[in-house]
Amino acid sequence: MPDTTRTAESDPTKTMDEPTGSTSSSSAHEVSPHLEPKPASETPSTETIFDCRNVDVLYSGKLAVAEVTAPLMKREITALIGPSGCGKSTFLRCLNRMNDLIPGAEVRGEIIYHGQDLYAKDVDPVQVRKHIGMVFQKPNPFPKSIYENIAFGPRIVGMKGDMDEIVENALKRASLWDDVKDRLKDNAFGMSGGQQQRLCIARALAVEPDVLLMDEPCSALDPISTNRIEDLMLEIKEQYSIVIVTHNMQQAARVSDKTAFFTVDLSAGESNRVGRLVEHDVTEKIFTQPEDKRTEEYVTGKFG
Amino acid sequence: MAGTPSTTQPAMGGGGSGPNLLRTRTPRSVGENAIRVSLFVAAAISVITTTLIVLSLLRETVAFFGDVGATEFLFGTKWTPQLAGEQQSFGMVPVLVGTLYITGIAMLVAVPLGLLAAIYLSEYAPPRVRKIIKPILEVLAGVPTIVFGFFALTFITPELLRPLLGPEVQQSNQLAAGLLVGLLVLPTIASVAEDAMTAVPYSLREGAFGMGASRLIVSLRVVFPAALSGIIAALVLGASRAIGETLVILLAGGSGQLLPQIVTDPTQASGSMAAFIASTATGDAPTGSIEFETIFAVGFTLFVICLVLNLLSIRLVGKYRQVYE
Ligand SMILES: Nc1ncnc2c1ncn2[C@@H]1O[C@H](COP(=O)(O)OP(=O)(O)OP(=O)(O)O)[C@@H](O)[C@H]1O
Ligand SMILES: [Mg+2]
Repeated sequence: MPDTTRTAESDPTKTMDEPTGSTSSSSAHEVSPHLEPKPASETPSTETIFDCRNVDVLYSGKLAVAEVTAPLMKREITALIGPSGCGKSTFLRCLNRMNDLIPGAEVRGEIIYHGQDLYAKDVDPVQVRKHIGMVFQKPNPFPKSIYENIAFGPRIVGMKGDMDEIVENALKRASLWDDVKDRLKDNAFGMSGGQQQRLCIARALAVEPDVLLMDEPCSALDPISTNRIEDLMLEIKEQYSIVIVTHNMQQAARVSDKTAFFTVDLSAGESNRVGRLVEHDVTEKIFTQPEDKRTEEYVTGKFG
Repeated sequence: MAGTPSTTQPAMGGGGSGPNLLRTRTPRSVGENAIRVSLFVAAAISVITTTLIVLSLLRETVAFFGDVGATEFLFGTKWTPQLAGEQQSFGMVPVLVGTLYITGIAMLVAVPLGLLAAIYLSEYAPPRVRKIIKPILEVLAGVPTIVFGFFALTFITPELLRPLLGPEVQQSNQLAAGLLVGLLVLPTIASVAEDAMTAVPYSLREGAFGMGASRLIVSLRVVFPAALSGIIAALVLGASRAIGETLVILLAGGSGQLLPQIVTDPTQASGSMAAFIASTATGDAPTGSIEFETIFAVGFTLFVICLVLNLLSIRLVGKYRQVYE
């Protein structure tokens, strides 16, 4: 089996300029435990938001995802695609340390975010998640009112300002305001699935993160709701970096700037299946002239 | 199933063409009918016995109120049903207050400890720890209550309360009884509340963690409110157990037979309605006497209190219930 990370190395999108202040040695961290994103620079999409270096994920000592090396770009939408079980969700959860919540999960390697390794010893995962929000496959609003769903995050992170305004802004950004402005006090469970998912996006945006991770956010939704969420992603990518896992090729093609294709490596046997990054490139290239045969087979539907 | 064709019959029975859809009597279908009937009988027996118990309570209670005015019983503050003549009085308030007093102390102990234990087990404990502690809690919830009463009598009062509060602490006292009833219902509350919190879908926690909520915030602001209906059920279950608890109070808190006034001092004995019933019923009050009927009047009142408590909880549980697909 050839080293699949090679393709990522030769990835033309990889800018070799290091993010500010990062050193390649993981022992010399002078990072503060409070991750404060630095002000945005004028030149988007040549700057990395996550610089992943040799990321391995293990569950109870068993390798699930191996050797992911990829720079993910600021203010772009990166789509993660690949067959079921190839570790897309697992890799996504590394990016905001959600894997810390799974007993037995272990992450190796480095993920440099604003010059700091997310997995450095003194980094607090709770702080990380305040800046890197997440939207899940199934809408998961809290059993509270629409208003309280949005206000929850800003309250716990101690955001200052008028809460009504914060809630209104978040709902507007998720283009949900007009749907719900007259029933903010209603329970969120009374909304449609698509509205619930947009509520979850609004909820994540309310704490003003700088990255949004989305794990198959549309898989439980009808095409119209899916469309609205895709439009929404395209709107908000001006301000946020987005990483989205999707099984929907058209969706990846429609919304993403870059696409990363993962696959399951069975070379060590069926019981040692490992997810690997095969190719990471400009979306159009992945879908029209991929470097790797496996990518081509997958995107043309001959595989998985 | 009843429609399964018997193997001894040809596969095409009924209509000639097409599969046989007719009901046939097979040993299995007869067996299933027998099971259904016996299940119904079992359900019916429990309903009938409960009704009979209530009716028998009611009969003696009605007889009691033929002799004693309801106002005296419900609002009088002198409870001396065992005394003779002029001294005899049926004001139930002191024994009701004793019941609530001891239950109050018990809940003061059991609610905070039980909820903290539930939060710990459901949100903080590593799976391994939970696997050990949860069954222990469930076993503790089933320890015979007489053990707790005996422990109060031989240890809590003489070794703990008297050294701390002075020798005037009575052998039976409300504090010891309350503390022990609290310990008694603690595992019930912890275990039922933990079940309710564990049942909250993980996706809700994920949503909150994903926004930068700490474990404490997730526990208190997401899981706890989402599990509120089950937690209320746990508290009501605990309170009903405390109110109905008999042996611990009889041994460690007083018999509730002679309460000329309301007892407000926790170091003094009082008793509870259940303890009164137990001690009086095992005493020598002759059947048909007013002393004997008192048992039923108190029992009926206890029944009504628990009924109200449960109805209340059903309403509260319904109000806070969340349906997660
Ligand atoms: N919590 C976990 N504990 C143990 N193993 C896990 C856990 N989550 C995922 N895995 C394993 O890690 C591998 C990758 O799973 P992951 O869920 O990341 O795949 P995926 O690409 O997101 O798949 P899908 O497209 O079906 O969502 C799988 O082999 C899976 O069995
Ligand atoms: Mg997944």
